[in-house]
Amino acid sequence: MDNLIEIKNLHFKRADRPIFAGLDLDIPRGKVTAIMGPSGTGKTTLLRMITGQLRAGQGSVRIADGDGMTDIGTLDRDAIYRLRRRMGMLFQNSALLTDLDVFENVAFPLREITDLPDRLIRPIVLMKLEAVGLRGAAGLMPSELSGGMGRRVAMARALVMDPELLLYDEPFSGLDPISLGVILRLIRETNDVLGLTSIVVSHDVEEIARLADYCYVIAEGRAIAHGPPAELARSESDLVRQFMAGAADGPVPFHYPAGDFARDLAGD
Amino acid sequence: MVQPGSIVGGLLGFLGKLGASVYFLGEILRQSGIGIARPRLVVEQIHNAGVLSLVIIMTSGLFVGMVLGLQGVDALSRLRQEDILGASVALVLLKELGPVVTALLFAGRAGTALASEIGLMRATDQLSAMEVMAIDPVRRIVAPRFLGGAISLPLLTGVFNVVGILGAWFIGVYVLGVDNGAFWSQMQEYVDPEDIWEGIFKSAAFGVAASLIAVFEGYNAVPTAEGVGLATTRTVVTTSIVILMLDYVITAALL
Repeated sequence: MDNLIEIKNLHFKRADRPIFAGLDLDIPRGKVTAIMGPSGTGKTTLLRMITGQLRAGQGSVRIADGDGMTDIGTLDRDAIYRLRRRMGMLFQNSALLTDLDVFENVAFPLREITDLPDRLIRPIVLMKLEAVGLRGAAGLMPSELSGGMGRRVAMARALVMDPELLLYDEPFSGLDPISLGVILRLIRETNDVLGLTSIVVSHDVEEIARLADYCYVIAEGRAIAHGPPAELARSESDLVRQFMAGAADGPVPFHYPAGDFARDLAGD
Repeated sequence: MVQPGSIVGGLLGFLGKLGASVYFLGEILRQSGIGIARPRLVVEQIHNAGVLSLVIIMTSGLFVGMVLGLQGVDALSRLRQEDILGASVALVLLKELGPVVTALLFAGRAGTALASEIGLMRATDQLSAMEVMAIDPVRRIVAPRFLGGAISLPLLTGVFNVVGILGAWFIGVYVLGVDNGAFWSQMQEYVDPEDIWEGIFKSAAFGVAASLIAVFEGYNAVPTAEGVGLATTRTVVTTSIVILMLDYVITAALL
């Protein structure tokens, strides 16, 4: 299979707590790949390793570059910045620049990275805003946007440099059903129409089942299951079943580890 | 009782932070080319840190000058030396009070604004988003703010001194009847260019220190509401202590 990103035997620790312990994961080119898992399994950390903001303790995160694969962990600062121009990322809370209006937020990467004149920047920004349905909101400030609109603006901004890889960090959290439908459609359409590769980090099982082509479930620092969403739903693994069905108790216990309850109450 | 271990720990923490901020300063200076490539960004920050601080600086300068006029006439009249009021007020303001008080006010007005602005950008992932967009936040956000602050403080100090001297003149000459000619001529007689240079040198050093502490605390703020608040508080506390310590060191070195 033609992969854009290959992650092999990835180890990473944060303050002695292992986040990844031998994670293997491939991101196929041109597909929407979902990375799922309970909260705190390091899904966002994984995105930060793909963007080169964090480095692996051991193992490799490699990205297709020309004919071969480049290990992101070995790149120097300038090379990482060059690499990031091929990526766009959508943050959970949009991360729009609060002192700029919607238009300028989308124009920001163009103004900062390219030397394009205003008369070219304007149509590019308007096209991206039109694609997410918010051309009419170009003059609004980020504080005037709803959560769903903010995320769509952030998406226009992520697309404005025409990246080949789009990363989504929890794109569905906190959205009303209509905004959710809009975001789902936008992710699918931009991926297919623009020929992108998309990585969606999420723990919203239903949405992922509707959206993703391929799906990884991460728990305990490793990929415990992967496959098309329909296949995962029929998984044999208790943990995957618990996760896909949203059961409160199972291999991931409801209770945080604690001592004996009666003794605790008695104050011993 | 204070544990010896906690003193050592505190000292190590302080040294660690000092090292980190010096390293950060190096990083900022390396990215300061943006001030030449896009001077507009720095001008905007001179407006934010400098122009918007003018009211508090001028008001404070006026009252500091007026109180110097009052106290000066009271003290000097005991020696029958009211004529040197102009010279003594000018020396006190140019060499000491001007740079120090302006820097302390600057920390409260502009330093806190810088630290909380950058801290909030950190807390809301705006800095992270820039990194992913291949835009270096140290270059685009931190460096212009540092330069704007470092340029603003010496200018504000100049304004503070001028307003302060006018305040002392108003009280001394206009209200308390010190001779106008003596006020200005004695000032001319006793204030040397080196005194003015001392003040400029101090305020330049304070500008670098105050701006560095503010952007450092903001950039390294823990990305929570509490963390940003803490960064803002630390900016004022650290800046105040560092300014007063630096003031002593520079004065001792120059005298």
